[in-house]
Amino acid sequence: MSLNSEKQYIDLYQEARDLICRHSAPVINSLRDKAFADFCRIGFPGKKLEKYKYTDIKSCFAPDYGLNLNRVPMQVDPYKTFKCDVPNISTSLFFVLNDIFYVPEKKTGNMPDGVLMMSLKEAAELHPELVEKYYGKLASTENDGINAFNTAFVQDGVFLYVPDNVVLEKPIQLINIMNAKMDMMANRRILVVLGKNAQAKMLICDHAELGAKYLSTQVAEIYAGENSVFDYYELEETGSNNVRICNTYVEQSASSNVLVNGVTLTNGLTRNHVNVVLNGENAEIALNGIATVDKNQHIDNNTNIEHRYSRCTSNELFKYVLDDEAVGAFAGRVKVCQDAQKTVSQQTNKNLCLTRESHMYTQPQLEIYADDVKCSHGATVGQLDENAVFYMQQRGLSKKEAMTLLMFAFVNEVVDSIRMEPLKDRLHMLVEKRFRGELSKCSSCAKCK
Amino acid sequence: MSEDKNKFVKKVAASEYKYGFTTDIETDVIPKGLSEDVIRMISERKGEPEWLLEFRLKAYRHWLTLEMPDWAHLNIPPIDFQDISYYAAPVKKDGPKSLDDVDPELIKTFNKLGIPLEEQMALSGMAVDAVMDSVSVKTTFKENLMEKGIIFCSISEAVREHPDLVRKYLGSVVSYTDNFYAALNSAVFTDGSFVYIPKGVKCPMELSTYFRINAAETGQFERTLIVADDDSYVSYLEGCTAPMRDTNQLHAAIVEIYVHDRAEVKYSTVQNWYPGDKDGKGGIYNFVTKRGMCKGVSSKLSWTQVETGSAITWKYPSCVLAGDNSVGEFYSVAVTNNYQQADTGTKMIHLGKNTRSTIISKGISAGKSQNSYRGLVRVAEKADNVRNYSQCDSLLLGDKCGAHTFPYMDIHNDTAVVEHEATTSKISEDQIFYCNQRGISTEDAIGLIVNGYAKEVLNKLPMEFAVEAQKLLQVSLEGSVG
Repeated sequence: MSLNSEKQYIDLYQEARDLICRHSAPVINSLRDKAFADFCRIGFPGKKLEKYKYTDIKSCFAPDYGLNLNRVPMQVDPYKTFKCDVPNISTSLFFVLNDIFYVPEKKTGNMPDGVLMMSLKEAAELHPELVEKYYGKLASTENDGINAFNTAFVQDGVFLYVPDNVVLEKPIQLINIMNAKMDMMANRRILVVLGKNAQAKMLICDHAELGAKYLSTQVAEIYAGENSVFDYYELEETGSNNVRICNTYVEQSASSNVLVNGVTLTNGLTRNHVNVVLNGENAEIALNGIATVDKNQHIDNNTNIEHRYSRCTSNELFKYVLDDEAVGAFAGRVKVCQDAQKTVSQQTNKNLCLTRESHMYTQPQLEIYADDVKCSHGATVGQLDENAVFYMQQRGLSKKEAMTLLMFAFVNEVVDSIRMEPLKDRLHMLVEKRFRGELSKCSSCAKCK
Repeated sequence: MSEDKNKFVKKVAASEYKYGFTTDIETDVIPKGLSEDVIRMISERKGEPEWLLEFRLKAYRHWLTLEMPDWAHLNIPPIDFQDISYYAAPVKKDGPKSLDDVDPELIKTFNKLGIPLEEQMALSGMAVDAVMDSVSVKTTFKENLMEKGIIFCSISEAVREHPDLVRKYLGSVVSYTDNFYAALNSAVFTDGSFVYIPKGVKCPMELSTYFRINAAETGQFERTLIVADDDSYVSYLEGCTAPMRDTNQLHAAIVEIYVHDRAEVKYSTVQNWYPGDKDGKGGIYNFVTKRGMCKGVSSKLSWTQVETGSAITWKYPSCVLAGDNSVGEFYSVAVTNNYQQADTGTKMIHLGKNTRSTIISKGISAGKSQNSYRGLVRVAEKADNVRNYSQCDSLLLGDKCGAHTFPYMDIHNDTAVVEHEATTSKISEDQIFYCNQRGISTEDAIGLIVNGYAKEVLNKLPMEFAVEAQKLLQVSLEGSVG
């Protein structure tokens, strides 16, 4: 079966290439054949590859998923059905249903002049020269099977362009919803371009409806121009029926400041790869993540930060709480090139294993070729401090309550790094609910009643 | 200050490898190349029993199916395994009965190395199993040890005298299928040391072996086997220096240690093989598989290593903590200069309950060298209450070298507490300035700071070694002020 994982897609591509292209834009199509050739050559990444050691990607693709190549739109208005927004902040809300960007009937949010927030396909048709300049430049298909697969099959996605000197006050919220009657695969693309001195915030929420099985691949490319500020939050609240494979590439120019925060509250199998290139002096990246997984959920965060210029700063903080038979993996690599003097880099990965059956793999790696640097990394795997639990019990808290409080405090360090107050509050609540086992019962959401 | 730097660089560039000389002794070398016939020839010359030949052939056939590993952060030039002579023994005439019978040239070599046998016998109370190329030449204090029932001899002798013990333990910790170099060693190993400490015996002296690669272009394939029976204790030292050579020499050794109930083994290494010249020409390839099996309850194994030599080092002394309450320790200082490359670290495999391990690794890179720490801590599902602490620090001297850390942690049990910490930094200008102000030259200041940095590990070495190691650190780093 797994031997033929690739074959069914190779056949499909050969049969449906014209169909795929017809429902996409020429700029997106222009990389397709090369990507497909790369995919045929390398296939899906196997566990033998160091980068994919902890997640068996090949077998994820083995089941027969349907692809919506004909781009049949969904018969729902997500603005009416889904209200899972973060309260107290007004966000510019957008939806991606499976892999189709939902075009709202009326324009939402008042975007400043020049800002483009639209379907990638539409952008590629309206502004081909702009999209062409950035599309597929960071996510190379040469040696990554997921990038190759996504680039070959992707038809649409999201495009955000913030021109020079424009500050986007209102955060952009993008909700990915997987919803289908049959097993479904979605291939999404996100392209973000920030000009000089531009600022923006983007929050992406992943949801999956019950019922069918879903697999989504997402490739995001983010360009942060000189002196720009960009916050990128990803919040996953899916179920055991969902597989999410996501590659995010960030390229930062001088003095830019980017925050990438990935929160996995509930999921099935998730593999996130974040690749950051600090391509200018004084750039700063904060790369954080939380994973609270239980049952037989699987979370694999793989990060790579490359310091190419001097005086850049990177901070990485990942915290996992593993319950039941969950499997967690974290591999973080920081590479400091020879010219990147005065680099400051810190990487921390802390993990709580709550049961014997939960497994944690962690791999904090440093590769340093410059001498005037301050780099450190640390990783721990352990349990809650028994003394602390006992102390709280003495003061009349139940054991469960004490443990919940401690776990909450444990992951709070990451939540507190969020630079959006209302989202921080919201996440405090979601995380606490998660630990109390009441997650995804958000009061305002029609979807989860 | 930069003028100072240049002076040092020039001075060191001019300094020669201290131990680079060759001894002219007749050596019995078999033709280059590797085949089943060569293995049969080695086995025959050593007068080995049938089972050992079978073991070698099995390993050889397995080796043929393997490829050279390329996962390490090393740049290894292709090695032609057919261009190496797999056996070299100093020609013996009936074997020396006393020190007087030993070839005077050989004695001179040891003297140059600073290990005069007689002096060591008299003064340091150490038993030295001196290995020159592949055959043990002289073993001292053997009788004293024999009285306690301790067996300390070359492995070929052990094969003849204690075949049951060797057969029981050979390959029990490092199987010939373990990796490429382990398979190669199992097929062609020529000599090495064998130690057996009987039940309840505390070895009264530090056991020591000096390895030396002598004959030109002969790979050295040492095999060391240490077995510590219940409630015993032994401290084993291994030190290496090698003469100057132009073509790279391959060294693929295996060290196996088997620790029974409540026994303790301490294994210390000072490795100072020829690292190649300042342009990266020549030098030893050091591809070693070292592993200890803490099979017994409350057993303990401690690895201490000071790595300053070799052009390329690929070495991961490991502990399999199978017995409940067993303890594994790893203390390492690895220094690389010029074009040296090192990928070294440890594996702590926790299988038993309440097992503990400590990893302290200090890397120092200078010149254009690359120094990597690669380590694994694995906690098996049934291993309750495991405790691990790892600390890996890197010190960079110069802006053309690299320091890397690749720790792996695989935790399959919720009761484990595993910690890893690493830092990378350089010697700060403030520290050097402070020393300068007090009349300490920049070079001495570097030596001072580096020694302080490595102290945690050096302290773990036995006295005699600690002094030598401290000197080595200084010699290796001379002129690499960054």
